[in-house]
Amino acid sequence: MKINRRALLGAAATAALPVAVRPARAQANSIKIGVMNDMSGPYRDISGPTSVAAVKMAVDEFAAKGFSVDVLSADHQNKPDVGASIAGQWYDRDGVDLIIDVPTSSVALAVAGVAKQKNKLLVVSGAATSELTAGACAPSVIHYTYDTYMLAKSTGGATVKAGGDTWYFVTADYAFGKQLQSDTTGFVTAAGGKVLGSSLYPFPGTTDFSSFLVQAQASGAKVLGLCNAGADTVNSIKQAAEFGINAKMQIAAMLMFLNDVHALGLDVAKGLHLTESFYWDLNDRSRAFTKRFLPRMPNNYPNMAHAGCYSGTLHFLQAVTDMGLPAARQSGTAIAERMKAMPVNDDAFQGSIRQDGRGLFNSYLFEVKQPSESKGPWDLYKLVQTTPAAEAWRPLADGHCYYVKA
Amino acid sequence: MIMIFGKPLLLLYGQLTLGLINGAFYALLSLGLAIIFGLLNIINFAHGALFMLGAFVAWALLNYLGIGYWPALLLAPIIVGIFGVVMEKTLINKLYKLDHLYGLLLTFGCALIIEGLVRNAFGSSGMPYAIPAVLSRPLDLGFMMLPAYRAWVVVAAAVVCLATWLVIEKTPLGSTLRAATENAALVQAFGVNVPRLLTLTYGAGVALAAFAGVLAAPIYSVNPNMGSNFIITVFAVVVIGGMGSILGSIVTGFGLGIVEGLTKVYYPQASSTVIFVVMAIVLLARPAGLFGRA
Repeated sequence: MKINRRALLGAAATAALPVAVRPARAQANSIKIGVMNDMSGPYRDISGPTSVAAVKMAVDEFAAKGFSVDVLSADHQNKPDVGASIAGQWYDRDGVDLIIDVPTSSVALAVAGVAKQKNKLLVVSGAATSELTAGACAPSVIHYTYDTYMLAKSTGGATVKAGGDTWYFVTADYAFGKQLQSDTTGFVTAAGGKVLGSSLYPFPGTTDFSSFLVQAQASGAKVLGLCNAGADTVNSIKQAAEFGINAKMQIAAMLMFLNDVHALGLDVAKGLHLTESFYWDLNDRSRAFTKRFLPRMPNNYPNMAHAGCYSGTLHFLQAVTDMGLPAARQSGTAIAERMKAMPVNDDAFQGSIRQDGRGLFNSYLFEVKQPSESKGPWDLYKLVQTTPAAEAWRPLADGHCYYVKA
Repeated sequence: MIMIFGKPLLLLYGQLTLGLINGAFYALLSLGLAIIFGLLNIINFAHGALFMLGAFVAWALLNYLGIGYWPALLLAPIIVGIFGVVMEKTLINKLYKLDHLYGLLLTFGCALIIEGLVRNAFGSSGMPYAIPAVLSRPLDLGFMMLPAYRAWVVVAAAVVCLATWLVIEKTPLGSTLRAATENAALVQAFGVNVPRLLTLTYGAGVALAAFAGVLAAPIYSVNPNMGSNFIITVFAVVVIGGMGSILGSIVTGFGLGIVEGLTKVYYPQASSTVIFVVMAIVLLARPAGLFGRA
């Protein structure tokens, strides 16, 4: 058959037509949740498909009545511009009502800007920067799971108290690393400790940390503070062990997830202190959550960011049900206010959300188990200290969030 | 204490040593690239992915078959080399008559596919791979504690680089290779099977990448992105050394490792940029690269 050029053009035009005339808004009786995170890069295991599975589990368990729930997902490639353009498209064209997860602080800040401008709801679980509830806060943005302040207070505070009063930082040179270093420095100096120096290394793209580690050792500091995440943290700790630095300095991994510890292996990671707001083996409820979750993602246990996606989605769906679909779809700020008015109580998280969008939950300081103590490949932490929700986070007044009335 | 520009001399010695170690990886990787480019005229963007594959094969050999580091050092390059031969036979040999750009696009695509498959199978956070027990003790160099494994990396890389250079410059096989680079048609007229030569060269270049991958496995986390972090820098090394120049890639590999190491002391934020600054300067002064022939 010979294909006629005109017919071909006509066919192409008809094929394109449904897209062009498709209604801009989604159906009136459905809610759309967009999970945006790193699907292909260094943060895939700490967010990625596991977060999508957590959101879907929340949707399945909630079994919403009166409306249907669609879950979309997208890869922001850890690039702020990519994240912002997906957010714009989702909110405007695809009728997405909630964007959730968004790891990588620089991307989360960009997406928060879009959410604020369009009055749409954003629940950040995977990103760390405490700016999201301070200078960059917005009435329709909730920062759910953890932040740099809470990590710094828990890990940093405990380390100084245990005698680690001189620090050297190895820091990823972008929004998250610098914020974490500055928050930690605050706690170290407030407790009478001293920061002897720091190395800001280019992110992403640095794989060899030996040079910074040797400089840290030469500084004479007692504590090596790692203000980085994911594969960078794994590489730093692995190389610190190689140079025997873990025998001379105490390593404080300021942000580390369960999956990072799993990747390192207990031989190298044993004895490290780190902070999370969720651990699968914490109590009966977290174990029950994990038991239901594992069939969906058997090779990657949920960390706090994944659990935050689950809990945040449940909380969001409850708020939507309470206020009714039409009111919920109108304003992101209205849903956020509703979520702030209700207590959070599910198998993963128990607590509340503050006026400035800060999730208030207990934070837990863990020590990584010795290989002899571990009973399975994911049996990795033992609990050292619990900071209650009321003390774990930056006080409301110190964030100077613009819309919070004193 | 003796100070140079405000930094203690002993610290600088340490950084020079560490720079040399990174340089060893640059040299090994850029050597493979230079050989492949010199003979096949292919800009092999899959090199980083094949480097990663070398590390993963070593990890798989240990975890599934119980084969340790030392045999893996030999086996992984052979396995990945065979994979390279298959790649050349089925894909790359279709491109010799086309513009460089096609080879670059094809190998870049291959890299994305290989990395994507590994990422889907094993996740992105990587696998632990222990340092062999014999080399796990640090050596006291007086100015720093150097892990024995890192010293071994420099020695192994230097030996392999030197051996490759000797084979290409001093043996009959090498002279055939070099002749085929100059004028493939004429060499074929003398009865040399040039297509097979090309296939084996690609396999050998790939095997070098895999060898570097096995060397890297105990130092870096074995993860799907480990190659893409290296590959851009390594291309800069090849360009600075002069595209296709064997000696150039070895010398610039080690040299730039040292330049980078020093930058990490004085202004760490620029340590990923400094190599490209050097590249820009070299290209302005000597467009063919330091060791290239114009």
